[in-house]
Amino acid sequence: MAFTSVVHKIKKKLLNWYKKDLDTNPSELFKKVHGQSYAMLLWKGFKGNKLALLGLILLLIMFICSILAPLFSPNGENYRELSRKYAPPAKIHLFDDEGKYYGLFVYDYTLETDALSGKRTYKPDKNTILPIRFFIKTEQYHLFNLILLNRKLFGAVGGIWYPFGGDHQGRCVFSRIIFASRISLSIALFGATLTVVFGTFLGTISGYFGGIIDTVLQRLIEIVISFPRIPLWMALAAALPAGFSPVKEFFLISLVLSVLGWGGLARQIRGVVLSLRDSDFVLAAKSYATPNKRIMFKHILPNILGVIIVNATILIPLMIIGETSLSFLGLGLRPPANSWGVLLKDAQAIQALEKYPWLLIPGIFVVVSILSFNFIGDGLRDAVDPYKY
Amino acid sequence: MLSFIIRRLSYMIVNFFLISFLCFIIIQLPPNDIVTRRIQELETLGATNVESTLNTLKEIYNLDKSKPIQYLYWISGFIRGDFGYSLAYKQNVKTLIFRRLGMTFLVILSSLFLAYIAGILIGLYSATHQYSFGDHIFTFFGMVGLATPTFLLALMLLYISSRFFGLRVGGLFSPEYVSAPWSIAKVVDLLKYLWMPVLILSAYYAAGLIRIMRTRTLDLLREQYVLVARSKGLEEKKIIWKHVFRIAINPLISIMGLQLAEVISGGVMVAIVLNLPTIGPLLLQSLQTQDMYLGGAILMIMIVLLLVGNFLADITLAWIDPRIRYN
Repeated sequence: MAFTSVVHKIKKKLLNWYKKDLDTNPSELFKKVHGQSYAMLLWKGFKGNKLALLGLILLLIMFICSILAPLFSPNGENYRELSRKYAPPAKIHLFDDEGKYYGLFVYDYTLETDALSGKRTYKPDKNTILPIRFFIKTEQYHLFNLILLNRKLFGAVGGIWYPFGGDHQGRCVFSRIIFASRISLSIALFGATLTVVFGTFLGTISGYFGGIIDTVLQRLIEIVISFPRIPLWMALAAALPAGFSPVKEFFLISLVLSVLGWGGLARQIRGVVLSLRDSDFVLAAKSYATPNKRIMFKHILPNILGVIIVNATILIPLMIIGETSLSFLGLGLRPPANSWGVLLKDAQAIQALEKYPWLLIPGIFVVVSILSFNFIGDGLRDAVDPYKY
Repeated sequence: MLSFIIRRLSYMIVNFFLISFLCFIIIQLPPNDIVTRRIQELETLGATNVESTLNTLKEIYNLDKSKPIQYLYWISGFIRGDFGYSLAYKQNVKTLIFRRLGMTFLVILSSLFLAYIAGILIGLYSATHQYSFGDHIFTFFGMVGLATPTFLLALMLLYISSRFFGLRVGGLFSPEYVSAPWSIAKVVDLLKYLWMPVLILSAYYAAGLIRIMRTRTLDLLREQYVLVARSKGLEEKKIIWKHVFRIAINPLISIMGLQLAEVISGGVMVAIVLNLPTIGPLLLQSLQTQDMYLGGAILMIMIVLLLVGNFLADITLAWIDPRIRYN
């Protein structure tokens, strides 16, 4: 009996979704009036902004690289060779010293230790030539623990090449950056999702029900907004007990980051909900005794999606900055977890910076990812601008 | 105006108590903070002279009383100026912090000052010379600057200055002057080191201000009254400074309170990277050793600074824009 009623419910839901009721469905009405759906109009406006397109492309590249990380990194995440400790990035040549053309190649290193001062210098070994090629054959490795592959996108044939040099354990900085992007980007997205859910929920309740709930939440939002972010993140992150597994750390750090971010979003959503609360369609729904939950989900939510999306593009860079700063200070993710902040922690001392400046390269990736999100956010804001059309 | 001030003042006091409550929870949050660890150490030692140390500890931190009573002791001490005792540094928190507060204020206020001046001027220039070469350069650097976390800016500047200018810039004084009494020479020495954190912080915040100022001025320059003034022959300079400037400044003043929060928090990161004697590195050390009373006190002080700053910013805004007073 229960099974058939469930089947009936599913059938009804599918029919409702499919039979778009042309007279009252807001998206169909929009299409009729403007000739295109809202999404297409948004995309057209977005495309016009060249920077936004650039941001989108960069972001797509980063996502693909981070998902298919083993394919894109010439050496694995944890491959280490102590003989390459702090190895500088090799120069890429086209012709060797005699003028012979080899295509793109690098020289392998020899490590010379000065007997008197103990100083270690890396000298390029002109005898070994490692050509850089695409789709080279390597040892077998796993993609997603499922797919067995034996080719990488690019690398040096016949030897090991660290494109961005080596860190203090002799690991390839470039490969680690690509693997670190997985964690950095996913913490940012997850934290932003938490913040959005939290902020939307509280903002809608505050605006819809009004009264005491509204006043209390408003004061709370005022307090949360005026906190200094980084000190509070530091205090909360330090208050977490140490020794958690990286997975737990991941979730806790996301939680800490989202605790402070939801205030601005909640305030804006409250404003929109307040204005929508007295509009005709909501009043009509209320006069049918529609339950509040349905009103909020079916009528109010589609209208605040714009605010949410625009705010999300501001929140994600905030999460990236927060996670990077916390990990840089040692309060966020810790080794063996791998994120851009953890990588930058190695570059903290000025002595390390002077001698091994390639340790700063993860910073470039941080900046580029934040810039991409900012460009996309600007493009979205311009595209939803009501004064444009 | 007076009723507005009183209302804001009461908000400030209420917020202060609410936030102090939250801070106290944060202080009590870590299960293994330094006080607990020390007590465990002493208890395992179990020697006879440990007894009196244990009792002193329990007295200082009021550990034998319930949590709400502890909170009352802490907050009443805080208001009176007694911020507690730091086990890691073996000093009163008050002495630790006050020594560094002066430098903190110096860095923060000069950064804010510079940021506002640069932000306003560059924003105006950008808007009035839209699409010019200067505009594009400023917009580009502004975007990149905003996208870089402050500690990364500090690291990059450190690297550039040491690589291309051979400067070793960390801290706020040369070794000879650190504990020397104040003199003209010491001030000069201070300026030699101060420029870096102030440059970083003010550049970061000026970037945001430039953006806001530029958008606002651009919108205003399209208004009707600007067109009328131009057609009447009023000099462009007067139009900008007497009319447009006053209105464009408005959003910048209203966010001054929030900017103060940003400068304080960004200042923490820069201070840690550059090893300045401000309260930022102290906060980090206290959190790393989980000396929560010190950490909580520093947090509270930052928040008090913020509350007072917000309060002053609100008063300034209400003074300039009468509409705020009747909100």
